[in-house]
Amino acid sequence: MKITLGAVSRPLESLKIKTGDWGTEYPVIIEENCKGCGDCVVYCPDLCIELVEVGKDEKGKVRKVAKVNYDYCKGCGTCSVVCKHEAIKMEIKELYRG
Amino acid sequence: MMKVVRGFYAVAYSVKLCRPDVICAYPITPQSEIVENIAQMYANGELGNCEYITAESEFGAASILVGASATGARTYTATCSQGLILMSEVLWNAAGMRLPIVLTIANRSLSAPLSIWNDHQDSMAMRDAGIIQMYVENNQEVHDMMPQAFKIAENHKVMLPMMVCMDGYKLTHAYEPVDLLNQEMVDEFLPPYDPPVKMTTKDPYTFGSYATPASYMEFRAAVYNAMERSKKIIEDVYKEWAEVSGRNWGGHIVAENCEDADVCVMAMGSLVGLVREVVKELRGEGKKVGFIKIRTFRPFPAEEIAKAVDNCQKIIVFERSLSMGSDAPVTLDVKSAIHKKAIDVYSPVVGLGGRDVPHKLVKSTIEEVIENKAKPGTYFKGLKDYEEVIV
Amino acid sequence: MKLFGSGHGACPGCGLPIAVKSVLEGTGPCFVANATGCLEIISSQYGKSAWGVPYIHSVFENSAAVAAGIEAALKALGRKDEGPVVVFAGDGATADIGIGCLSGMFDRGHDILYVCLDNEAYQNTGNQQSGLTPPGSNTTTTPSGKVLPGKIKPKKDMVSIALAHKAVYVATASVAYPRDITRKAKRALEFEGPKYLQIHSVCVTGWGVDGKQAIPVAKLAVETALYPLVEYENGQLVRVKKIKDRKPVEEYLKLQRRFRHLFKHPKGKEVIAELQKIADENAKKYGLDA
Ligand code: SF4
Ligand code: SF4
Repeated sequence: MKITLGAVSRPLESLKIKTGDWGTEYPVIIEENCKGCGDCVVYCPDLCIELVEVGKDEKGKVRKVAKVNYDYCKGCGTCSVVCKHEAIKMEIKELYRG
Repeated sequence: MMKVVRGFYAVAYSVKLCRPDVICAYPITPQSEIVENIAQMYANGELGNCEYITAESEFGAASILVGASATGARTYTATCSQGLILMSEVLWNAAGMRLPIVLTIANRSLSAPLSIWNDHQDSMAMRDAGIIQMYVENNQEVHDMMPQAFKIAENHKVMLPMMVCMDGYKLTHAYEPVDLLNQEMVDEFLPPYDPPVKMTTKDPYTFGSYATPASYMEFRAAVYNAMERSKKIIEDVYKEWAEVSGRNWGGHIVAENCEDADVCVMAMGSLVGLVREVVKELRGEGKKVGFIKIRTFRPFPAEEIAKAVDNCQKIIVFERSLSMGSDAPVTLDVKSAIHKKAIDVYSPVVGLGGRDVPHKLVKSTIEEVIENKAKPGTYFKGLKDYEEVIV
Repeated sequence: MKLFGSGHGACPGCGLPIAVKSVLEGTGPCFVANATGCLEIISSQYGKSAWGVPYIHSVFENSAAVAAGIEAALKALGRKDEGPVVVFAGDGATADIGIGCLSGMFDRGHDILYVCLDNEAYQNTGNQQSGLTPPGSNTTTTPSGKVLPGKIKPKKDMVSIALAHKAVYVATASVAYPRDITRKAKRALEFEGPKYLQIHSVCVTGWGVDGKQAIPVAKLAVETALYPLVEYENGQLVRVKKIKDRKPVEEYLKLQRRFRHLFKHPKGKEVIAELQKIADENAKKYGLDA
């Protein structure tokens, strides 16, 4: 095996670790409610929400909504709690449904 | 340029010529004068862009150097005794992180009881850390060793911290004539530090990762193997130094008159001069005695020693420290080096905590072994009769 | 390049990554020295680093000194323009075992932003009390029992300790307000010299908080005045987060397992009163009531 001098690691290799299977729940973005405020983005502890463009609004301004990268989402629910616009609801994963 | 200087100045002056980037230390007797002299040079603006930092403890000093070394700086500190063992957590860490920090150790005993005087207990306590250790016999040797230490530690095949050990007071405070090096020669010998990897925002590596059982063992083996590899590199640097400076201090060991010796006597540090002199006298009296100066202690020059003592029946190791519950540290290594040979090893422990080691004591200790009046093993010499009472 | 990435090993709902990414948002590319602890363990496993900035972990108690070494090296090597130097250390690493190195860093005036991630106990090793554990907290080394109601002494006042060292910028923040963390980190870097930012960070496992409750709990710490958010520049208090309708401390305590015993313990009332007194004093000292 290859090892580095003094156990130096390369940057951002954590991205290999898909933590998406940790949780029992997952967030669902309700796009029509999402105002693109970005609150969920700044709070998400797993850095797995970003705002993505979804066309234009009535005034012709670019409309952005939250999008979850489920590869890393641990289902903590923080995003659903901090969203002031009821745009995120938590669902139980199929596997854990009773 | 020949000048009569004190040991601490011989070190400070030599360190300056090595152009370190970051120096950080904490005062401790009898090391303080080394960094005091460096501080004066810094105050005088003689250290170029070097940052000289007064730490809040030896622990802090070593930690500061870890950060500086990882960032790509040539780093230096000096310490001893309590200060060295206070650093020990960080120094083990620095060795594992493969940071080539160079230290001068002004060897001093360990508490309790508190003693500011010399023996080798402090550096021996660091024996297993992954730090290269070498011991000098006089102030010219320590002056010559500082550039060599940087060159050895910073070699990409080594990348380990290195300690140059000099006896506290006996050398640090002694006036001796020293042929002071000049900048051109040191610059020629010691190129600027070229870190194989460093902390930079341009290439943001993670230093000091933790390892699971899946890789921890390989990293520790890598430190062990780097230490093994350093044997050859140290020898090469010693040789190169002899060529450029004209002063040949020898290799890992210096063996004198051992080929036909029945008894080989070993010593390290400032005791070397006296023991060598006594052995010469005994030779003059027709005794078949040889002498071995051990320079490098880690990595231990086991093969060199085994070869040098090939023809002898007895070995005497003058020990300056103890390993409680076993043989003294140097003896342990010597015994393991000669384990295939039927040689008795005598380990007189002398001069702990600055106890005087007179000529007479060294001579009679060796004579007792020659005359079969001593038993192999670890024993004290120059010890008073004592009885332990509660108060 | 991202400065801190997904795939780290923090518990779901952990406050630490929120604090870290918010700080880095404010500082931009920087040099990070990290103490042993939760953050180090979740982010720096060999071959799985979550860091996109140059990062170093040495030992538990020396990150302030390691950072000082980085800063000195950057100066000596003429590389100061590469970025600022930031420390991330836990509450125990800051207020207990590493306080000597921190004091030295302050005292020598290194140009470093020191961030204390305050989750109020040694959480990495299983919720043992630290100097920043609040009174009444049930930790594994200050458990509540028939006689004792959990931790006895108040939190060590690190803000005053930093101010006494003449740190140029001293502030507290909370993971409840990530944008405030970012602003403070950015603001801190406008000052040259040692800066101290202490961020209250929820530990869902150690505190016994449901992941979804992490942010509401953190908010309550601020809204009860148990965790006042204050900002000092050059020793002067310049900003505080005002509180509208300050809430009683019980509201904060009752959501956490670590304080649950206080509602049954014979000395519980006394401890709750003591915590309320701390909150009241904070409110008065900093003029928190809006
Ligand atoms: S999901 Fe909610 S918090 Fe996230 S951007 Fe949309 S409105 Fe804001
Ligand atoms: S559930 Fe948690 S991890 Fe998943 S997107 Fe929301 S905040 Fe991020």
